[in-house]
Amino acid sequence: MSPQLLFMQALNGLQYGILLFLLAAGLTLVFGIMSFINLAHGALYMMGAYFAAATFSHTDSFLLAILAGLGGAMALGVALDRCGFARLYPRAHLDQVLATFGLMLFCNEAVRMIWGSAPIFMSLPDALSSTVIVLGTPYPLYRLLIILAGLLVALGLYLLIERTRIGMLIRAGASNRGMVAALGVNIGWLNTFIFALGAGLAGLGGALVGPILSVQPGMGDSILIMTLVVIVIGGIGSIRGAFLGALVVGLVDTLGRTIMPALLRQSLEQELASTLGAAISSLAVYVLMVIVLAVKPEGLFPVKKR
Amino acid sequence: MAFRKTMLTAALTLSLGLTAGSALAEVKIGFLATLSGAGAALGQDMVDGFNLALEERGGKLGGQDIVFLKEDDQLKPDVGVQAVQKFLEKDKVDLVAGVTFSNVMMAIAKPLADAGMTFVGSNAGPAPLAGNQCNPGFFFASWQNDGQAEVMGQFATDQKYKDVYMITPNYQSGRDQVKGFTRFYKGRVSGEVYTQLGQQDYSAELLALQAANPAAVWVFLPGGMGVNFVKQYKQFGLMGKIPLLTVSTVDGSTLPALGDAALGAYAGTFWGPDFKNPTSEAFVAAFEKKYKRIPSQYAAQSYDSALLIDSALKKTGGKVSDKKAFRDALRAADYASLRGAYKFNVNGFPIEDFYAFEVAKDAQGRVSLKTIAKPLTNHADAYSKNCKY
Repeated sequence: MSPQLLFMQALNGLQYGILLFLLAAGLTLVFGIMSFINLAHGALYMMGAYFAAATFSHTDSFLLAILAGLGGAMALGVALDRCGFARLYPRAHLDQVLATFGLMLFCNEAVRMIWGSAPIFMSLPDALSSTVIVLGTPYPLYRLLIILAGLLVALGLYLLIERTRIGMLIRAGASNRGMVAALGVNIGWLNTFIFALGAGLAGLGGALVGPILSVQPGMGDSILIMTLVVIVIGGIGSIRGAFLGALVVGLVDTLGRTIMPALLRQSLEQELASTLGAAISSLAVYVLMVIVLAVKPEGLFPVKKR
Repeated sequence: MAFRKTMLTAALTLSLGLTAGSALAEVKIGFLATLSGAGAALGQDMVDGFNLALEERGGKLGGQDIVFLKEDDQLKPDVGVQAVQKFLEKDKVDLVAGVTFSNVMMAIAKPLADAGMTFVGSNAGPAPLAGNQCNPGFFFASWQNDGQAEVMGQFATDQKYKDVYMITPNYQSGRDQVKGFTRFYKGRVSGEVYTQLGQQDYSAELLALQAANPAAVWVFLPGGMGVNFVKQYKQFGLMGKIPLLTVSTVDGSTLPALGDAALGAYAGTFWGPDFKNPTSEAFVAAFEKKYKRIPSQYAAQSYDSALLIDSALKKTGGKVSDKKAFRDALRAADYASLRGAYKFNVNGFPIEDFYAFEVAKDAQGRVSLKTIAKPLTNHADAYSKNCKY
């Protein structure tokens, strides 16, 4: 494989990683600070995609569609937090898993009833659907924009968490939740804010991939698994961990999928190499997770506990 | 005295009612389809197509009142088997129809065969049931699974592509489709890529494909996978540059989600919405009027399977009690099918024509499938020679 192709594949991995980061950031904050396992996070991503697609088909405005995905999921996040999830925060993790898993199934069914079982339409405006030449190879402009958007979100989150008062409270909450409440901070509103932020980022992720992927019921289920892998590898509760973990997972998955079959092809026959390569590369991310768990159980970039 | 009279009247009424009931016996059809989960869009189209044929005939087929019972198999073979058991034991159906996916079909084949039930399928057509596990009571109004890949293989041969690059998901059907394609494609295969089932992002595969620069690409990526792939193929600027040959990827179920992104892709199957024959034209018009969308091939197949049952019941005078007569009537396939005339092979699969389609705008400017060639005429599947009963 030429170094040029390898670089391009790394770009794909980066783009996948950025998408995973948008989901992982919310999941890791909610888990790290509120100790709440939210299996319905993937459903929020799906709702974001649906809100965006529905808005796009009615207004033909791509910008409005993205905002609808972000805002709609955020509003849904606030509603969920206020109408029930808040009661789940103090309960055992298994109760949370049960309730949010149920919500995930509910969302999939609700989407099916409203929009039908078939994938729905979402496309790019012509201005964004062209390709740009990167190292002599045409590459979709929109994918570069996703990378840019994701990096901007990461920068924004960094500034929010490291430079603002609410960020300070979030960091404090991640280290010692009881102490923050004891100091007179309304932890209920902090929870709502964090949950809505996480939901909004998931919705933004869904809206951004709407034009690339099939918008259909259950589209959030498989990406949720990858997101869980990301936060385990990155270290639960840490935004930095979510960012770096997502990039690692994105790169390992994408490069594994391309390098593995190519390497095997040198020693095995074509059909066997393709099959074996596909099987091994789909395992690569999980093998990485197992190694991380064995060597550094708290993740690669954990929150510093005081 | 008065009491005895009342009793007598009651008994008489009852017995009269019963005889009247048996004289106007209904035919019960148990329709099994995937109506929830990832494959629900196909199953719903099948139910809609079948129902349309029923409604047009006032709830009758062959002049006989039909009781239409539908069950959802959830794309799970065990759930499918339970539904079939309900059809057989509780509902006591006369006929089982439908079935969306081959794994469910394989699971229910044995219970159906053991019960000596007559079956009219309208989508799944797995190879074993066309070969050594064939059954004289099974009829498939659609096609054997390999047919759509085979027609694309013949199309690629006809187009004289110097090489073809193949992409399918890494599972049994993917492998079967590769076999079907290469049975009729005689040129060079420059790449054979197996992706994960349910994969969403194909950017890595598309970059590798770009580097390989084949003369044509052939994919089998059903449902959401196809929507993902085709959108991304277009965004990488490959649509129109490298011909994209597809099976079960751009069809009536995915085209609405793809829109313009699919323009220029090729597909192969047995029927398209632009067919010029009275049955097909009437069906398309009626379906669009009722459901406000272009019918998919899955709706067409099921509609056609209802017409097949209609023709058989007409021949037997609405009776299914003489099993052999009913099956012979089905086997004759003596009706105006929306695909044109066809014959049943010994294994209960049609010997029929297969066409190549291009995704293009129809007369009303909607994205649809346009017939461009007929690479296979009177095509029989490769398994019928193993069918002996």
